Amino acid sequence: MTALGALFYLLSAVMLAAAGLAATRRNPIHAVCCAVVAFLASAGVFTVLGAPLPGALQVVVYAGAIMVLFLFIIMLLGLPVGQGSVPATRLAAPGVLVGASLVALFTLLIRDPAGLTPLPAATAAPGAVGAVLFGDYWLAVEAVSILLFAALAAVLLLGRARRGHKGGEPA
Amino acid sequence: MTDILCGILVMLARMAVVLAVVFGLAAYMILVERKLLGRFQVRYGPNRVGLFGLLQPIADGLKMLLKEDIVADGVDRRIFLIAPAIVAGAALFSFAVVPFGPTFAVFDRPIAQVIADTDVGLLVIFGLSSLAVYGVALGGWTSDNKYSLLGGIRGAAQMISYELALGLSLVPVAMMARSLNLTDIVSAQATLPFALSQPVAFAIFVVSALAETNRIPFDLPEAENELQAGFHTEYSGMRFALFFVGEYVNMILLGSVTAIFFLGGWNGPLLPPIVWFGLKVLAVPVFLIWTRASLPRLRYDQLMALGWKCLVPLGLANILVTGALLAAGR
Repeated sequence: MTALGALFYLLSAVMLAAAGLAATRRNPIHAVCCAVVAFLASAGVFTVLGAPLPGALQVVVYAGAIMVLFLFIIMLLGLPVGQGSVPATRLAAPGVLVGASLVALFTLLIRDPAGLTPLPAATAAPGAVGAVLFGDYWLAVEAVSILLFAALAAVLLLGRARRGHKGGEPA
Repeated sequence: MTDILCGILVMLARMAVVLAVVFGLAAYMILVERKLLGRFQVRYGPNRVGLFGLLQPIADGLKMLLKEDIVADGVDRRIFLIAPAIVAGAALFSFAVVPFGPTFAVFDRPIAQVIADTDVGLLVIFGLSSLAVYGVALGGWTSDNKYSLLGGIRGAAQMISYELALGLSLVPVAMMARSLNLTDIVSAQATLPFALSQPVAFAIFVVSALAETNRIPFDLPEAENELQAGFHTEYSGMRFALFFVGEYVNMILLGSVTAIFFLGGWNGPLLPPIVWFGLKVLAVPVFLIWTRASLPRLRYDQLMALGWKCLVPLGLANILVTGALLAAGR
């Protein structure tokens, strides 16, 4: 096994263990920390596979922004802190669901011969990704951004209506 | 085989040099800050330990190491112990992608003055700077103290808000350099630094980077007169010092990043490249210290209004204008 191969398996093991812990922790802050470790390990896996761009995006977007928001909300709400892990019986149904979808995913991948050939790492270079994203798929990118903007405006409207004031400086 | 061994040796040597230089600079940056602040406030600053107080950082470090490391009752022990390390670690790790000069040759072997020359260096720095918020937020949450919690929440909100403006200010840099590689960004400024061709982006970058490092006038997470010391109230000894070292390593990182993105890196007349780079890197912390001595702290609503209503729209407009000019110039 090459050094990179060993790193790949090490990072994958860390990622799986951290993801498992994140799903079973009762303390929400511990769950967030485990999820962050899982995201960082997956960023490492991407880098080891020769695609640093998805790895860096994983850190910037998921570990650095989305999970910070989770942490922020948990701290702001002051949720009661649980201890230990969620009992195995409550994890049975989601576990079966996840297992079934994984089996289905891998069956689809194995059936399609194109799914087995790894993409060349050069396709993950920043310039190449940008050209594909904003050249070939510009319509989808714009559609998604409009959708997100609509969601943002809707949330703003709902939040304002409930508080019932028009904004501006508090008295 | 010798090639691999040489490669590993060069890599280790580079890491050792970078770590030693950064730690040494961080320690003496504390002395520089105390000296300069003293002068700004018409007093001498530390001058008792060694000649001109030059041994003060060593005395401080020894004192911190020998102090009792108190872990208060009611804290979440594991998270309490790891939070300061996140702040210092994220800042130190960023130096892996910072180039210190152009590639030179030793025995016909090219040696790049950077630990990891990656095509996504800008994103790596950006990502790591966003990870530092975990240290502040977790340290505040785990201390089981309402002042610390308020400091942690403020830190998280502030860093999320200003990260957006920081990212928007770097987009025109990547657009003009046509690359996310830090070495390429420096070579794109061989004739004109981006601080002159992108003054708006430079201003947004400086303000939001100031907020990201949690220094006056943006030090609301540790506002002394309302939150005691904010997120690090419960910390003592070397763990407190780690938060502190993290802040100063961050100042030096900010200096390097500003030099690379906006001040033209190691490009400059007459003097050798590394001297130019060092001068530019050190100019930024001095600017930060000067700001600290000159400005009062912002109020929380002023902070949020500045970030969301001023910097973010300005950054977006700047990207549009840059894009239009670049497209017209083709």
